[in-house]
Amino acid sequence: MADTTRADTLERSRGRLRRQQALTAAGLAGPATFLLFLLLLGPTTAVVALSFTDWQFGAKSLNLIGLGNYAEMFGDRVFWRSLRNTLVYVAITVPTSVLLGLGFALLIEARSSAQGFYRTVYFLPVTATLIAMAVVWEFLFHPNIGLVNLLLGLVGIRGGHWLNNPATALYALAAIGVWQSLGFNVVLFLAGLKSVPRDLYDAAAVDGADSAWERFRRVTWPMLGPTLMFVLVIMAIRSFQVFDTVAVLTSGGPNKSTEVLLYTMYTEGFTYFRSGYASAITVVFLAFVLTLTLLQARILDRRVHYT
Amino acid sequence: MAQVELTGIAKSFGEVRVLRDVSLEIRDGEFVTILGPSGCGKSTLLRIIAGLERQDAGRIRIGARTVDTLRPNERDIAMVFQSYALYPHLTVAGNLALPLRMRLLSWQQRLPGARWFSPHIRAVERDINRRVSEAAALLQMETLLPRKPAQLSGGQKQRVAVGRAMVREPRVFLMDEPLSNLDAELRVHMRAEIAQLHRRLGVTFIYVTHDQAEAMTMSDRVVVMMDGQPLQFSSPGAIYSDPVDLRVARFVGSPRINTLPGVTTGRRSIDLAGLELPFDVALAAGERVTVAIRPAATGVAGQHGLPGSGVPGLSGRLVHRENLGSDLFLHARIDALDTTVIVRQDPSAIDAFPLGMQLQVDIPVDQALAFNSAGARIRSRVVARAAAS
Repeated sequence: MADTTRADTLERSRGRLRRQQALTAAGLAGPATFLLFLLLLGPTTAVVALSFTDWQFGAKSLNLIGLGNYAEMFGDRVFWRSLRNTLVYVAITVPTSVLLGLGFALLIEARSSAQGFYRTVYFLPVTATLIAMAVVWEFLFHPNIGLVNLLLGLVGIRGGHWLNNPATALYALAAIGVWQSLGFNVVLFLAGLKSVPRDLYDAAAVDGADSAWERFRRVTWPMLGPTLMFVLVIMAIRSFQVFDTVAVLTSGGPNKSTEVLLYTMYTEGFTYFRSGYASAITVVFLAFVLTLTLLQARILDRRVHYT
Repeated sequence: MAQVELTGIAKSFGEVRVLRDVSLEIRDGEFVTILGPSGCGKSTLLRIIAGLERQDAGRIRIGARTVDTLRPNERDIAMVFQSYALYPHLTVAGNLALPLRMRLLSWQQRLPGARWFSPHIRAVERDINRRVSEAAALLQMETLLPRKPAQLSGGQKQRVAVGRAMVREPRVFLMDEPLSNLDAELRVHMRAEIAQLHRRLGVTFIYVTHDQAEAMTMSDRVVVMMDGQPLQFSSPGAIYSDPVDLRVARFVGSPRINTLPGVTTGRRSIDLAGLELPFDVALAAGERVTVAIRPAATGVAGQHGLPGSGVPGLSGRLVHRENLGSDLFLHARIDALDTTVIVRQDPSAIDAFPLGMQLQVDIPVDQALAFNSAGARIRSRVVARAAAS
């Protein structure tokens, strides 16, 4: 009898303790949670909500129109053009800049001297303001005095007006995108290469994997797996966000050939003030980025088996 | 037959001379340990034998072949690394199979899917799988085969690394401090396992370590290396009791050997602060020498008012005691020589030695070793006679 009472009291005080701990935990996590809602989840929810309305920027009233914006969007040729251009841009810049980045990183790593110099040189475009650099690229791509066409002329190729030709404008922008992100990838890959244990190369040599290709295939490539996944996903997200070169150099033209998602969203939302419609485009954009992020979380966690 | 013969190996990294004129002859099937402090060049020597590093001068023969220009995998060797160096993306089975796949299959045959087209490849792969499971059975790690290295403990990783070296059936096993990342208990256990493995395989083992316990317990012969040169190459027993160099005497043995500064008298004896040790060597008077004696070889005379044992002794004061359970080490301060001597006693006698007591430390002449000022051993005929009797 007395024992039960004691056990009850003990149970009660334990429960009280647990409640107190939960309260403390909530209190400590509170500020971060609050900011998370205020800065991330709140705006995102607002955008999703706005995409179901016909709200115009500055208007005092709005009407719920359900999936009206989406229906309009999916029926609009400009949207499909813009989505396709974005995907083409991503499909060009991601593999090119990742493979080139890996190649340059391997070359720099193989050199014993001046590694710091090359690292800095390749990283410069990342730190430079892309809008300022875009002006430089406009000069480089100039049909008559541009360096690109001058160089091509030396080998007998007549280059056109890269940024004004609907057939080449998107590719010219992709080239700038590769140039800009290459250094970022080089630096990440260099860090990845530095973390490959030297002993593994020795073990591979003793095991018979001592040609450059076998070393790469047996040790470097698998050990770079986590870095590679990270670089791929980051690059994909960054490429999806392409905007500044389009805005400065082509404004989506000529003839919508460089219209990309974020630029379409920008013109709809901030030129025509159709905030509801722009929100719908943003939701599509968010869906792509979110998918990539989830992919990264999933695959990366499963593939990182190294300690 | 795979004896390993090194002749005049030298190696420098920039200005630093890591190895100078190393010559060794290792017999077929022998377990040889290269023992030395860190930075003595022992790992570099092993890497040169493996072919991971090229020597600046000298020749290496493994078996009947000169291997100087051969790549590591053509030298018929296998190596176990301190960090294990397992491929983290492969399972244990994959790790064990890789050296065999590299050797038995050409690169075309290793292409994914190639096995579907060729019964020959499938036969080779069956053979590889059989050898992998044999090695796993021998090392008692069959259950580990499907795991990745990250899921293994240190000892298991070590075992996999040994297994990967074993499946190749090399004629020479090279091991670079394979136990130094393990905890003390596991180290002792793996010591026995590696020695057993050597007996079972019967091939030549070259083992590099800075741990004298590993060297003493596993090897047939030990090379003690210092400053890029082998100082002594003999059995563990001789390394301990008959060192040819003062540095060897100091490096081997725990606690460290006692070293006492002495001066030759010119009367076939050495003077230790008034104590005259008979030493049957012809040395001019007044030469500085070092007399070294193991703590276990010393004794305490005249305790409990008993008369001295008749061997010459040094008087000192007990300043510190260490009771290890199996041994009791007394630290005796010898003021006359300005040094401390460690004396081993039986722990049961601990009560007989209160701190601060005056005691007489025996220096049995037949156990004492003398070294000249350059550190080289001075052999005494007295020692030879005493050992013979």
